[in-house]
Amino acid sequence: MVRFLMANLAKTAARARPLSPHFQIYRWPVTMVTSIIHRLTGLALAAGTLLVAWWLIAAASGPAEYDIFSAVARSVVGQLVLFGFVWSLAYHLLNGIRHLAWDVGYGFAVPTANRTGVLVVALSLFAAIGAFAYAYAMKGVHL
Amino acid sequence: MSTRTPLSRVEGLGAAHSGVGHFWRQRVTAVALAPLAIWFAVIALSLIGADRDTAVAFLRMPFNAVPLGLFIVIGAIHMALGVQVVIEDYIHHEGRKIALLVLNQFFAWIVAAASLFSLVKIAL
Repeated sequence: MVRFLMANLAKTAARARPLSPHFQIYRWPVTMVTSIIHRLTGLALAAGTLLVAWWLIAAASGPAEYDIFSAVARSVVGQLVLFGFVWSLAYHLLNGIRHLAWDVGYGFAVPTANRTGVLVVALSLFAAIGAFAYAYAMKGVHL
Repeated sequence: MSTRTPLSRVEGLGAAHSGVGHFWRQRVTAVALAPLAIWFAVIALSLIGADRDTAVAFLRMPFNAVPLGLFIVIGAIHMALGVQVVIEDYIHHEGRKIALLVLNQFFAWIVAAASLFSLVKIAL
């Protein structure tokens, strides 16, 4: 009996077994993508706190220090970083509200979670682009 | 039948020995940060590029300084809690994990202290 089982086991093992879905070859579920983005935007915002600290330290230090900060913020790279920061903030905030809704028991059904996931991505982009467009339109010279 | 002792059940601390403390503080800070983050995004976009006098005049007003102070402190707490989970999830080497968890706390304290000090210096 044992020998039969062993032989059978060896035969099964030798056959090409179906592999479990691997994240490199199967379509990423919406909920997985939104979860990963939540973590990444959280880490980005953590790094962004250094920029907020720099802004306040520069403002507290004096005009010369503030000018350096302003010049960097106004540069193309600075604007890109600022956009990344604002979008990260918008995404983390909106998806955070989605998480809080889950915490109190709403929106757990898979189709709902998928829909709110897509909604959060779209709204965060809309909010960040809209906020930037508004800031450019209002400030013009400053930005 | 549960093998947990009545004392363990009453304490309600579970396997991590901290109960729902981390979860709860993460949620409470999240709720507080929602309005503060919207407010911060608005002021950041309207002030970036403005000269120092404009920024300082803005930060001198109590109705701006106080929410920004709250955003800094509550944000630092929320950040430390969140990054802690990321470290615990992905760093499996015990020594490295503990070192990073300590650094994570230090980072939050230092950023919060530097930001708060500057804000108070400007506002007073």
